[in-house]
Amino acid sequence: MDEVVSTFSSRLPARAGVGFKPAHFDTILSGAPSVGFFEIHAENYMGDGGPPHRQLSRLRQDYPLSIHGVGLSIGSGEPIDRRHLERARILCDRYRPESFSEHLAWSTHGGVFFNDLLPLPYTRETLERAIEKIDEIQSCLGRQILLENPATYLSFMETEISEPEFLAEIADRSGCGLLLDVENIYVTATNKGFDAAAYLSRFAFAHVREIHLAGHFESCGASGEPFALDAHCAPVAEAVWALFAQALAQTGPVATLVEWDNETPEWAALAQEAQRAQSILDNASRRVA
Amino acid sequence: MWERTQAQFAAALRDARLAAPASLVSERGAAADRFEVYRNSVIGGLIRALATRFPAVERLVGEEFFAAMAREFVLLRPPTSAVLLEYGEDFADFVAGFAPASELPYLADVARLEDARVRAYHAADIEPLSPLSLASVAPDRLAELTFEIHPSAFVLRSDHPMVTIWAMNAGEAEAAPLGHWDGEDALVTRPRMRVETHRLAPGGAAFLQRLAAGAQFGDAVRAAIAEEPTFDLSMALVEALTAGFFTAFGGDT
Repeated sequence: MDEVVSTFSSRLPARAGVGFKPAHFDTILSGAPSVGFFEIHAENYMGDGGPPHRQLSRLRQDYPLSIHGVGLSIGSGEPIDRRHLERARILCDRYRPESFSEHLAWSTHGGVFFNDLLPLPYTRETLERAIEKIDEIQSCLGRQILLENPATYLSFMETEISEPEFLAEIADRSGCGLLLDVENIYVTATNKGFDAAAYLSRFAFAHVREIHLAGHFESCGASGEPFALDAHCAPVAEAVWALFAQALAQTGPVATLVEWDNETPEWAALAQEAQRAQSILDNASRRVA
Repeated sequence: MWERTQAQFAAALRDARLAAPASLVSERGAAADRFEVYRNSVIGGLIRALATRFPAVERLVGEEFFAAMAREFVLLRPPTSAVLLEYGEDFADFVAGFAPASELPYLADVARLEDARVRAYHAADIEPLSPLSLASVAPDRLAELTFEIHPSAFVLRSDHPMVTIWAMNAGEAEAAPLGHWDGEDALVTRPRMRVETHRLAPGGAAFLQRLAAGAQFGDAVRAAIAEEPTFDLSMALVEALTAGFFTAFGGDT
């Protein structure tokens, strides 16, 4: 396992990247923007051929690539879907991405795919299950994967381990890296009423190989309590930029993705967000130097 | 332990009459309201996935009707794979049996056409047979030829003006009163990076479907003429070749 991890660990550059949207393909091709990497959702590229693969192959020639999956259901109590894992392996073999990441969540149960990242209790049992699955994924893909902290709206009474500790033990024991989603921390903190900065300070920074930033939708719950939905539909909020700076002070410069999956803006607006992330990364580099 | 709680969580997502696990807690707001966030996200996300795959159907029935129809489908036949680009391959069959839509008998055929176009979009990339390649075949061997069909090729038949209705609701043709209400057959292909939709002349679908089933060229021509005595073979063949219907042929030696 140690050898696998050292040979195939995440190799994304410590720069700002963006989520690839097909609508931006022509602009990217003609403008050759200076972007650290592109990230795609694995499942959108599991068809046999056609324009998605044509575009991705072209993009791959010029940019580092991160593949981000939503279908491996690592938080499930059921065994992993071997057929889906095999499709992920084929995709990784085809594009040799610098990184492959997944979520601490479940999306499939009883053969039904729920198309959402659903929550799990943090217990010794679910910890062991998650580690088993990550071992299976890493040995099938022949690489280290990154595991992302989820945005959640609910908790379970069964929970006996805090989320940062749960993630840290998974990373320690499985050899996976962590994908620190500061947007998810902000959303979860808003919904559960805890201090995002305090949570962040307990994160296992030594395992962080990538950071995610995104915009959310904020409103009020039925009884007027604050509520945030992880909708990836807006610019990154100021509070999330502040958490990002706090995280970088601990991790040093690390690959950072700006996600904007819904109501996708013009390329220029997305590039501007990435530029802001890059400036903060540049400042962090100077501090390290 | 977790497996049992998870099963209850999963069942309650799909059926609002079922209770969510009792061990769910919310530090702010009611747990039931928060569970509803997940339920709406799951069901709403799948409805949106179907609307993206079937935009002409949605346009024909309106957003509200489509969402109600898609919701029933989602609850009855949820996706069985995380690869959502494959979700909805049996939506047209569901639409055909969806009683509230029975006033639009062509709706299911338009759904079939849209589904074929999505499948063609994601099909394997194979270079189609060159339109010139048949020129080298001796005329007396032509009848015995068999063909390999392109993975992006679909032949669809309809008792309704399926292609015209689709085109007018997919931004491919100006909306206008229909000049006829005859059935229309379609050929969908993606010879390279663009999905093409061709309206087939009478007899054309029978001809291509026979070839796709592995019949010899001569048998396919006979089937087409039996169905449509005025079947224009040379036109049908040129159309199939230029649309990239074939990838290879055999039986000429």
